[in-house]
Amino acid sequence: MAETKVLEKKESGLSFGKAERKLLTDPLDSNNPITVQVLGICSALAVTTLVSKAFVMAIAVMFVLAFSNLITSFLRNSIPKQVRMIVQLVIIAALVTVVELTLKAASYPIFKELSVFIGLIITNCIIMGRLEAYAMSNRPWRAFLDGIGNGLGYGIILIIVAVVREFFGKGALGGYKLFGPGVDFLIDTSSISWLSWYAPNNLFVLFPSAMFVIGILIWIHRAWRPNLVDIS
Amino acid sequence: MELVNIFIKSAFIENLALAYFLGMCSYLAVSKTVKTAFGLGLAVIFVLGITMPINWMIENYLLADTGPFGTDLTFLRLILFIAVIASMVQLVEMVIEKVSPPLYNSLGIFLPLITVNCAILGGSLFMVSKEYNLSESIAFGLGGGFGWFLAIIAIAAIREKIIYSDVPPALRGLGMAFILTGLMGMAFMSLMGIDPSAIK
Repeated sequence: MAETKVLEKKESGLSFGKAERKLLTDPLDSNNPITVQVLGICSALAVTTLVSKAFVMAIAVMFVLAFSNLITSFLRNSIPKQVRMIVQLVIIAALVTVVELTLKAASYPIFKELSVFIGLIITNCIIMGRLEAYAMSNRPWRAFLDGIGNGLGYGIILIIVAVVREFFGKGALGGYKLFGPGVDFLIDTSSISWLSWYAPNNLFVLFPSAMFVIGILIWIHRAWRPNLVDIS
Repeated sequence: MELVNIFIKSAFIENLALAYFLGMCSYLAVSKTVKTAFGLGLAVIFVLGITMPINWMIENYLLADTGPFGTDLTFLRLILFIAVIASMVQLVEMVIEKVSPPLYNSLGIFLPLITVNCAILGGSLFMVSKEYNLSESIAFGLGGGFGWFLAIIAIAAIREKIIYSDVPPALRGLGMAFILTGLMGMAFMSLMGIDPSAIK
């Protein structure tokens, strides 16, 4: 028993070397969950109309992803292959319930705004995808880092898309009106002529615009990293 | 006639993929060729068609306050629905692995991901919120599955053809698929104004 413990520590204790750093940085760029792995698109479309919603969602997904990866990785050798999905879903559903109740207690207005989408984290393919692809075959510490990394990669895309959509769709950022008619406690945009000319573009509030924004993001990302381009 | 109405409405007007953008992950990742899209589309029709009546029975006979427990248990809805969906997908996976190994291999990770295909869970939740009865919910499930099937076939066919077009290199593949889906979604939004009861 003592021997296996030592062995475990040698192989993958809580060390933080090059491989571990790669787990955190890869999902931000060359292995991004949304733009490269194509996971978690549905929620990226639904919550990105406002920056504040996207931010809370990103934190919630990161938490669920990291801890479901950790728990699944601990259990990975004792889960029979035939029922693995059900076991994984129970883990995810329990964590999502924790997030839901915490958010309800901590900030009720945000919970109200997000409630459906917090529940839908269960069906966010990014979590199941990482469990299947990484946590089922790797050690807990690395699986945990992989969860944090992918949560960050997901969150960054979410926030970029939300900034674009809120800016053009509502003429605002983070809830503060910057352009167009309307009064905010920071600035009265309707009284300053060069700020009030902008008419909010409602297309950016609708779902198809999120597809366009993510499509263009992928375009930029791949123009910058040509090795990611797939021919088909 | 009412059932046909629901079928057409859920397949075209309230298309799960292009009007509600549900099930996008597998929709985008498996639509590279019509062949794999066809397989996944059929699997989705099957899973939706089966889970919808089962979830209807769970909702109405088990969770409703008229059920055996005599109390309102609808807070268990999400977990029970997802458990039903997960076991059905596991079943489909085992059947496909037995019957067609090439299809099983080409679907890869996206077969287990049907479980977390939001179109399936979303369909069940829509079924609850629209208060369908049993036969209507079957029609809704099959119609929704059929609409999703059509959508993924359509995008797969477009993506097969667009290889021959002069798309900027960095936009090829995934980027173009996103923009195409956005355009198809805009087209489907104009169908939303149609009143299905007028088509009789």
